[in-house]
Amino acid sequence: MADTMQFDLVSPERSLASAQVSEVHIPGAEGDMTVLADHAPLITTLRPGVLKIVSPEGTDEYLVTGGFAQISSEGTSVLAERALPKSEVTKDILDVLAKDADDALEKATPESIDALGKQVSDVAALVAEMGLTA
Amino acid sequence: MPNLKDLKNRIESVKNTRKITKAMQMVAAAKLRRAQEAAEEGRPYAERMNAVLGGLAASVGGSESAPKLLSGSGSDNVHLLVVMTGERGLCGGFNSSIVRMARAKAQELMAAGKTVKMITVGKKGRDQLKREYGGITINHVDLSGVKRVGYANAHEIASDILGRFDTGEFDVATIFYNTFVNVAVQEPTAQQIIPASFDASPEADNSTVFDYEPGEDEILKDLLPRGVATQIFAALLENGASEQGARMSAMDNATRNAGDMIDALTIEYNRSRQAIITNELIEIISGAEAL
Repeated sequence: MADTMQFDLVSPERSLASAQVSEVHIPGAEGDMTVLADHAPLITTLRPGVLKIVSPEGTDEYLVTGGFAQISSEGTSVLAERALPKSEVTKDILDVLAKDADDALEKATPESIDALGKQVSDVAALVAEMGLTA
Repeated sequence: MPNLKDLKNRIESVKNTRKITKAMQMVAAAKLRRAQEAAEEGRPYAERMNAVLGGLAASVGGSESAPKLLSGSGSDNVHLLVVMTGERGLCGGFNSSIVRMARAKAQELMAAGKTVKMITVGKKGRDQLKREYGGITINHVDLSGVKRVGYANAHEIASDILGRFDTGEFDVATIFYNTFVNVAVQEPTAQQIIPASFDASPEADNSTVFDYEPGEDEILKDLLPRGVATQIFAALLENGASEQGARMSAMDNATRNAGDMIDALTIEYNRSRQAIITNELIEIISGAEAL
């Protein structure tokens, strides 16, 4: 069994990572998951969170918001609407994220209030995590 | 015969013009490289997004529950034309060719009895379309303050368009932009974005059966708006590269024309100078002979 797989992280503006990795932690919409090589084919949407990749060279962490992950036999690719290496994340960026989520919640319609409420709590959790580890 | 002083001034002014066009050409070349890189880097995202959406659309598209963005609102009476042009001129036929194409489309739709609405992106398109279609232009997006087009700009345009679609302001949306072929060739392109169409590439293997988390429908609903934003972003990037390419070749032509003009004027200048000298010599010689 192969113990590494191809991993790509792309945002609309650039390709952030493309490497052989051994595991990927994905903040999926329905919960976090860890993907190892030879995972069953899966497509999942992302919630705002921290994506962590573990490769033989070490670990990398990225802040991702929105998008999806596609896991297939060839490897894993994550398409994030916005992705930043953790080292580039600043308090300002997190503040803007939190503010956007709050604003969206205020304008929420009855159908979308659940999803937007979840987004606010996701972002809050993200901010807390970043705050702790920064 | 124009006098020497005038000719000299003229040559000098054309030389200055040539310096300016030359500088603009070099600036455009540098910006083109950057715009091309941006377009290149945006490509993997757009390709994968299209591939996944294409697969999803194929499996869900036929069903009743398919989202409106994919299946359309059920009619095609109101068309929205999103005309994307540059913020600046001096780039050859770049802006005009997009506008011409959009105008032809608008006339065709109107002749068929459809209602046409417009959104203009970029100042030049608005200026050209204002007189004819000012009444039906429902929004204008100003990118003149934006140095480098980012995904956020595309997202903004997309959410504006999607919001209008949700409130039933239009049925079909088409974007107009220039596809970058190479520095000398840009192709005006019309692309329908709503209802969404994704050309899944033939080599995308549909044999892999994916699990979907959450369900296919939810994913599709979440991804379609992003897909629209991605298409707009890709179009903005193509447009950016095309604009710089068009400006570069336009300025290259202008520089060359200025060079030709300087040569022609210099020859004329030398001829008149020689004629004056010859005249003076004749006067002196005939004066001497008369003695």
